[in-house]
Amino acid sequence: MADLINVIESWLFNLIVSWGASQGLAQFILQVLGSLLVVVLCFVIVIALIWVERKLAGRIQDRFGPNRAGPYGIFQSFADIIKIFTKEYVTPTGADKGLFNIAPVLAMASVLAIWAVFPFAINVIGADISVGVLYIVAIGSFGILAILMAGWSSNNRFALLGASRSVAMLISYEIPMVISLLIPVLLAKSMKLSAIIDAQRPWWFLIVTPLAALFFLISSMAEIGKAPFDLLEAESELVAGYHTEYSGMKFGMFYVAEFLHQYTVGALVTIFFLGGWTGPMAATWPILGVIYFFTKTFIVYLAISWIRLSLPRIRIDEMLDLNWKFLIPVSFLNLIMVAVADRVLMELDPARWIYVGVMFVLSMALLLMSLIVAGMTKPAVERVEFPSRAVAVSPQSDRSKS
Amino acid sequence: MIPLSWYLIFAAALFSIGLYGVLARKNIIAILMSIELMLTAININFIAFWRYSLPGQMAGQVFAVIVFAVSASEVAVGLALVISLFRRVKLIAADEINLLKW
Amino acid sequence: MSLGLFIFLLMVVVTIVAAVAVVTSRNLVNAAMWLMVALFGAAIAFVLLQATYIAVIQVLVYIGAIAVLIVYTIMLTRDPDEKHVPGVNKQWPIAAVLSLVLFLGLAYFYYTLPQTNVLAPTLDGDLNAISQLGALLVSPNAYVLPFELASILLLAALIGSIVVAWRK
Repeated sequence: MADLINVIESWLFNLIVSWGASQGLAQFILQVLGSLLVVVLCFVIVIALIWVERKLAGRIQDRFGPNRAGPYGIFQSFADIIKIFTKEYVTPTGADKGLFNIAPVLAMASVLAIWAVFPFAINVIGADISVGVLYIVAIGSFGILAILMAGWSSNNRFALLGASRSVAMLISYEIPMVISLLIPVLLAKSMKLSAIIDAQRPWWFLIVTPLAALFFLISSMAEIGKAPFDLLEAESELVAGYHTEYSGMKFGMFYVAEFLHQYTVGALVTIFFLGGWTGPMAATWPILGVIYFFTKTFIVYLAISWIRLSLPRIRIDEMLDLNWKFLIPVSFLNLIMVAVADRVLMELDPARWIYVGVMFVLSMALLLMSLIVAGMTKPAVERVEFPSRAVAVSPQSDRSKS
Repeated sequence: MIPLSWYLIFAAALFSIGLYGVLARKNIIAILMSIELMLTAININFIAFWRYSLPGQMAGQVFAVIVFAVSASEVAVGLALVISLFRRVKLIAADEINLLKW
Repeated sequence: MSLGLFIFLLMVVVTIVAAVAVVTSRNLVNAAMWLMVALFGAAIAFVLLQATYIAVIQVLVYIGAIAVLIVYTIMLTRDPDEKHVPGVNKQWPIAAVLSLVLFLGLAYFYYTLPQTNVLAPTLDGDLNAISQLGALLVSPNAYVLPFELASILLLAALIGSIVVAWRK
């Protein structure tokens, strides 16, 4: 009874077989059902998240947020869905129609496909492939492609500018992200997500390598493309960036993909650094593991929202400087340091808590040192003073001058 | 099951299409894309031979990894050359760039 | 027809059609998008050959990096008059004949050779390919030399492309 999910699965399996289907077909039907369940779950989560996000944004910015539709405005998302479904689809003249229509689908799919490998509980996992970490990174790169396709096919300068900015940003932030992901792989000695979670049974990787967790969070926030890294859709500069020309449900798909991507990043941080589904009693009661997983993910999601609602947008040169001059060198140093320290500590074979403590102290020391070095080598800001000039001059002051 | 020759014929088709692209296309970027097709065909051959002859030894996969590195550097340098060329002469058609010095 | 065979045939058709579209389409961005489809088809071929690591790296390197770079370069070097220029040069009939002859020759060769008409040996279920591959790549009596040469090549390409594309 404890293993509720597998009990349901085997019951369904026997039911389908008793209807006359072969074993293989029953397995196939169950896999399809499982994928559908995950996809539907993702959409339900997004509907809830949009409300939470808007309410939170309202509170942080000293507003109420949605408060008309239903108690506390909880039906606001449903009203938005109805509105977005009934809107007209506009395809701009000169747009590359095929690419224009595929781009939002690809954006959605690139996020949803990541969920295929997530371990939700001890034996509730879609596909426990041996290259899980690489799969996540590879599928994530389709998101870049979708943005590029949307920007190119819209036949709009703002969209194209947003897309070219996004390529510069997303490709360069992929490097520290992948290097930070390599550290859990190194410590767990496997790219399987289930093995990575098993490796953090007593001590989460957040405590073992806090620096990798921090860098992963920062570079993933850039990958999401939201503030403070929302240069690809900076509304004060580029109208709306790559999805300027999209309307109706096609825009809706980009919007949902963005929210879901943020939640997915929360899930990734949970899996790689917060121990995934682990928690008290989770190994015997898989349903508890699912609850722990989603709770941790939601907490990380709220943290990301908090950061992005508090910080202003950074300039594109600052964004590239942060990546190439700070994140990439320090994450390489971190990778080397963790590899060497792990090897040395493995030879010495101390108690587990000493190992974790040494790793934590080393990580923090590296962060402190790199911050000091970054502070010392900060280039002097070139201030260009423009003589102030009045845009409109009143006739009187003009006359007095002459 | 699928015999080895099917994979090899598939790779040969991909390679021939890439060869046509390299020989016939005007634009340098199109030629680079055709080269990518040819390299991928080679990788399919490596992996197919690995799978069908000696799956215990990883030699085929090692070669494929090296081919990835080569093709990545080829594209990086090739595209840098294209950008540099475009800045100087505003031309990226391979048969119109016929002087050694501009 | 088994599921594996069906996926193989579908993959072959999609990849070949996409590859033909790459070398024939006039619009370069469309050609780049078709290139991604063709490379993704090759990744599926790797999955069918049970080389998961190579398949994922194929997607990561080709679609995530190379194809995106190609599209980006196409956008940077867009020639407004490009649409009026033919996409192929004068020697395209010769090239087509040559490629066709090459393909037919290779296909005939593969089809008739007895060594290539073999079936795949069954893999033992617990083939830990990735750790084996990683160990081989850095072991001194295996492939450490090509591996290090590849990394030097990548470094040289990194520096070289920066130097070449530097705005003077």
